[in-house]
Amino acid sequence: MSAIASGEVVRLCTMGSVDDGKSTLIGRLLHDRKLVLDDQLAAVRDASARRGWDGLDLSLITDGLRAEREQGITIDVAYRYFATPRRRFILADTPGHVQYTRNTVTGASTAQVALLLVDAERGIGEQARRHAFVASLLGVPHLAVCVNKMDKVDWDEERFVAIRERLSRFAALLGFRDVAFIPLSALHGDNVAERSRRTPWYDGPTLLAHIETIALAADVDRVGVRLPVQYVIRERGTSGAAGRWYAGQLAAGVLRVGDEVVVLPAGLSTTVAALANGMPITSAFPPMSVRVALSDDLDVSRGDMIVRLTDGPAVVREVDAIVCSLSTQPIAQGSRVVLQHTSRSTSGVVTSLRYRIDVNTLERDPAVTALGFNEIGRATIRSADPLFYDPYRTNRATGSLILVDPDTNATIAAAMIVDPNENEGSL
Amino acid sequence: MLREVAGQLEHPVLLFSGGKDSAVLLRLAEKAFRPGPFPFPVLHVDTGHNFPEVLDFRDGRMAELGERLIVERVQDSIDRGRVAEPIGPDRSRNRLQSTVLLDAIAEHRFDCAIGGARRDEERARAKERVFSFRGEAGQWDPKNQRPEVWSLLNGRIRRGEHIRAFPLSNWTELDVWEYIDSERIELPAIYFAHEREVIERDAFLLPASPWLELRDGERPEPATVRFRTVGDMLSSGAVRSAARTVAEVIVENARIPVSERGSGRADDRVSDAAMEDRKKEGYF
Ligand SMILES: Nc1nc2c(ncn2[C@@H]2O[C@H](COP(=O)(O)OP(=O)(O)O)[C@@H](O)[C@H]2O)c(=O)[nH]1
Repeated sequence: MSAIASGEVVRLCTMGSVDDGKSTLIGRLLHDRKLVLDDQLAAVRDASARRGWDGLDLSLITDGLRAEREQGITIDVAYRYFATPRRRFILADTPGHVQYTRNTVTGASTAQVALLLVDAERGIGEQARRHAFVASLLGVPHLAVCVNKMDKVDWDEERFVAIRERLSRFAALLGFRDVAFIPLSALHGDNVAERSRRTPWYDGPTLLAHIETIALAADVDRVGVRLPVQYVIRERGTSGAAGRWYAGQLAAGVLRVGDEVVVLPAGLSTTVAALANGMPITSAFPPMSVRVALSDDLDVSRGDMIVRLTDGPAVVREVDAIVCSLSTQPIAQGSRVVLQHTSRSTSGVVTSLRYRIDVNTLERDPAVTALGFNEIGRATIRSADPLFYDPYRTNRATGSLILVDPDTNATIAAAMIVDPNENEGSL
Repeated sequence: MLREVAGQLEHPVLLFSGGKDSAVLLRLAEKAFRPGPFPFPVLHVDTGHNFPEVLDFRDGRMAELGERLIVERVQDSIDRGRVAEPIGPDRSRNRLQSTVLLDAIAEHRFDCAIGGARRDEERARAKERVFSFRGEAGQWDPKNQRPEVWSLLNGRIRRGEHIRAFPLSNWTELDVWEYIDSERIELPAIYFAHEREVIERDAFLLPASPWLELRDGERPEPATVRFRTVGDMLSSGAVRSAARTVAEVIVENARIPVSERGSGRADDRVSDAAMEDRKKEGYF
């Protein structure tokens, strides 16, 4: 949303079990980038002293989970912001507690890089695998494994290599575009923002250098043009096609003035007469917010989608999806839901629940009757109106949807559409 | 995101605070809806303790845009007995704004109030949603917030409930200033260095104003200052500054080792837990 002046924006999410050092690591990153301001630092110093630390407890900069529990504050995803001369970072800090798959899913849904913490001393637990799995499910392309607390294992290379070997074998099954392993100490700052002299055997980048330079995967060319219409703008004092603009955020493809396009669901074709994003432009690419004028006077409204004739999305009334339950409301066969997909909102029903995925073993349990809070499974959902989708694997924006409870209006699930043909292979 | 508000909700309203964030919101609204009209009016909850520069700016900008402005005065609510004038050392009316806003929402039947708050403003806001759900009494229930996955925002509400929408959630103070710079957005003059009479109190530089009661030994002194955030004059702290242009402000902010809130809002030094309590009451 905020594609701002200079510096590419990179979205990160954190993952890891409680006490792996997540808060300390984030505090360390902010502190070493000199992003902790005097008044904030003074507050942290006071709080550290109250807890009997001599010096700074860096985890307090971001208000660790422990502090939240003590104060009775809701455990939820928190967003942090920092920048370097090269890039700006939006970090979704997701509490690593076992039952909070919901938060991990939320943080990972928009992330390009997942920072997965592993405690070098304790090694890889069930949770690290579970988190890596959720990150891959949500399509996070890059995984950076932070092997933390290396100071506690005397900077032992073998220890690091053992963790790397074990986790890379698992990660290879999950389809990340790249996986990096970084030995570090959040507490002492080694290999976080500053290169450590205590890991001469490691020649990779520091964590900060890694996230600053990683070549981000681009999705732009994987499917054709997808412009979900969010809003219809009518120029004051005009009527008909002249003075009508269709506004939305481009979800895929490159759209140009003069392109032949089709408006779904009506299926009528026309051409792009003009494009603007505040100023007139000749082409647009994701994730730009634009408005489009069409050459013909068509009946287009919110929820429609502008695509190209040749490489349009699938148009269906039934989708197969991986569903992550985000609330205590069980999701079962026959559950009535509201589907929100791109700018479209329609009612639907869960027609079948195919299996639940055990996030620890990755095994499927077909005997499932309902998905409970924080559970993940595969379901078929029928919608009252057609949906225009691409599989989530090829395009996040047109492959994702949320399920809303029609009675309480609560968001009860996040779902990723799978291609029914590529079926049982990966998931 | 503004279009998402307009697409999903029936009677939204855009809140004008007089500050730079409102100036940015108005520009974003132009980008989202021009050449058409805004699908919402603009609402100013007026504390009565205004910088004259801010009112000039508001009226000038609204005339330029040709959009509808609604002004709800805290003074009217005090006169009607809805809220009481704060007493004691801090007489800022910032907190009274919540009641006045909730009354305005009920009276005009607004179902969504668009504000300029950012998650980087303080730790307690770091978990705020882009679409923040408020129950019937306007209260914020941390347990009842909707998870926000991808950019799919759930704006479904029942009668009497409403949404607070924060389009600048993911912006930092620097992002705001750079956007102001690149878009050449005009701001009230108080955002740039100027001479004014100030009083130093509790490590804050408060502007002299008709509402500020001097304490023993306090005497207004002239200083060259600017403001980083703007609210009730009684609680808007100034910083000493020589920055007279947007570019100079950006450079200077990078050197000031204190956060925007820490230097600006005398009433906002609250703990995270206190902030959650305040939001439960309906604070913005
Ligand atoms: N020795 C050592 N201790 C660490 C390191 N990082 C974090 N810790 C400690 O591990 C504990 C948990 O850290 P914290 O950041 O609160 O973990 P979180 O629960 O994942 O946020 C704290 O006592 C930290 O001081 C590290 O690199 N080395």
